[in-house]
Amino acid sequence: MIYPILEVIGLVNRFGNQLVHDGLSMEVRTDEVFGIVGGSGTGKSVLLRSILGLQRPQAGIIRITGRDITRMSSSQLSEVKARYGVTFQQGALYSALTVRENVQLPMIEHVEMDPEARDELAMLKIRLTGLPADAADKYPSQLSGGMIKRAALARALALDPQLLFLDEPTSGLDPISAAEFDELILYLQKELHLTVVMITHDLDSIFRTCNRVGVIVDRHMEVDTLEGIVNNPHPWIQAYFHGERARLHLEHHGA
Amino acid sequence: MPIAQRLANGNGMLEVRRSEEGLELELTGEWRALRFGEIEAALATIDLAGTRRVQISTSRLAELDLSGAWRLHCFIEKARSAGREVAFKSAPPDQLRLVEQTLKGQSPPCSQQKPKVPLSLLEELELPAMRSLTLLGQRAVLNVRDVVSDLAFLGRMSVTFARALTRWRRLRPISIARHVYDTGITAIPIVSLIAFLISVIIAYMSAQQLRNFGAVIFVVDLVTIGVLRELGVLLTSIIVAGRSGSAFAAELGSMKLNEEVDALYATGVDPYEILVLPRVLGLVIALPLLTIVADIIGLAGGALLCRVLLDIPLTQYFTRVQLAITATTFWVGIIKAPVFAMLIAMAGSHRGMQVRDSSRELGRLTTLAVVQAIFMVIFADAIFAVLFLEMGI
Repeated sequence: MIYPILEVIGLVNRFGNQLVHDGLSMEVRTDEVFGIVGGSGTGKSVLLRSILGLQRPQAGIIRITGRDITRMSSSQLSEVKARYGVTFQQGALYSALTVRENVQLPMIEHVEMDPEARDELAMLKIRLTGLPADAADKYPSQLSGGMIKRAALARALALDPQLLFLDEPTSGLDPISAAEFDELILYLQKELHLTVVMITHDLDSIFRTCNRVGVIVDRHMEVDTLEGIVNNPHPWIQAYFHGERARLHLEHHGA
Repeated sequence: MPIAQRLANGNGMLEVRRSEEGLELELTGEWRALRFGEIEAALATIDLAGTRRVQISTSRLAELDLSGAWRLHCFIEKARSAGREVAFKSAPPDQLRLVEQTLKGQSPPCSQQKPKVPLSLLEELELPAMRSLTLLGQRAVLNVRDVVSDLAFLGRMSVTFARALTRWRRLRPISIARHVYDTGITAIPIVSLIAFLISVIIAYMSAQQLRNFGAVIFVVDLVTIGVLRELGVLLTSIIVAGRSGSAFAAELGSMKLNEEVDALYATGVDPYEILVLPRVLGLVIALPLLTIVADIIGLAGGALLCRVLLDIPLTQYFTRVQLAITATTFWVGIIKAPVFAMLIAMAGSHRGMQVRDSSRELGRLTTLAVVQAIFMVIFADAIFAVLFLEMGI
């Protein structure tokens, strides 16, 4: 069944005189990988923050699994939040906690579970993201960049969400690690039937993982399939997908 | 035909039927992480005794996520290790396969099967005594290391200062001015208020006692000498330790966490010169000035209280102040201020620079900075008191 698991209609975000989004709309369907692209300062992060309920938009409707989160009480919102997982750009792991404790934190907050089961389940998530078992008891400061991304992913998966938000998941990784991380996301997406929404700048990543792409231009969003968006006539989109780096991909994909 | 007997309805997660062939489990509802408690409770109601076969049906399952699958996996492993035969009515769910794949190569990690290894008698006897001894040793070593690192910090500061003296620009006058403003000017209201209240307290308390001897005029002596020699500088220092000592530690600590300090090293700038030295010098300038403010407000407060409460006219108050103080009274107080400032700034900066790795460290070291700053200020004040007594000032 294809229904929009996430729906944004007519979103308006304004800071003082600066209009960031003006009637931005998008929908994300279940079981797809949706990429959000946009130049620096076009409000990708603001969009994500609005969707996550970290910031109330001036106008617009945001529905997650059919429920409008802009008109929700905080207790209802917390219920919805348990249904999605997020990773932030820098990982945002809690520096005072070990990786295992980081993964356990959402479980402690939302689920009643005995500590041993929680331990085992956290380990399962850590192994699922491809981290070695001995990474579980390390602190974030002892991890490499790639491991931090994986640990953040393990934490995002703690409550088995259906919807996963990734903010620049491959930024700061070398191309090989980035490719591995994309593989991991695709594997998890397929195995866990996840819907993935990712903000990214990484063309390699977009061509490898995304089914559909939304580009933020002129304060609204152009949404299309990968092939469709590549042929979109908007100058910024043309420049983005037909730059020096993108040409290789296009030849490869035959688009 | 075997009569299926419905035994329990595990609160909507599970239906159990017992037939001649064995136990039949029908999973129902949402097996999700958020309902883990209900899943546990439902599985706990299953009694495996007296059955050989367990058949699991998942056709009516609305949802099965990884946590649910893991719990099911644990249950199956437990049943199998107890010698039961477990089978699925149709194909086992995908999620279960994923769990098994992920856990492959590891013995079943079920929470139930974890017998605690009992300690040997010897270990049990030795443990508390040994542990406290070990702890004592650790603390001693850590304390010694702390002192060494404090001395190293002091040495480093001195070297940086000496080097900075060679060139005016390296002293960073603008940065120093900012710290004088942050630690001094903005502290004036609270320091004034406290100085005023303290002088009121001294005057009020001493007036009550001295009235019995008809020596009310000596209230003026007490307030004047008390504020100028001790309380003005001491209370100002304690307030500044709380305000600025903690600010230094927190600022430098979060800069350490953000790798800003490393970035400075990497660009060839000495963080001690650009971060620590201006803070220390700024406070060394600001604290004596603040102390003067505290002294003035303290004396003014005394004057006000004497006028209102004890009916000592202002002219008489100031004549008495003139008589009470000697040439050194004011300087004895003010000379301590730069020393206290050094102690506060160094405690704050040093603890801040020691922050590593985690936000918890930041909190711990900020607390430590304030506690040590206040302790050192009072300790130094005690040394000063003895020193001045010996010198006969």
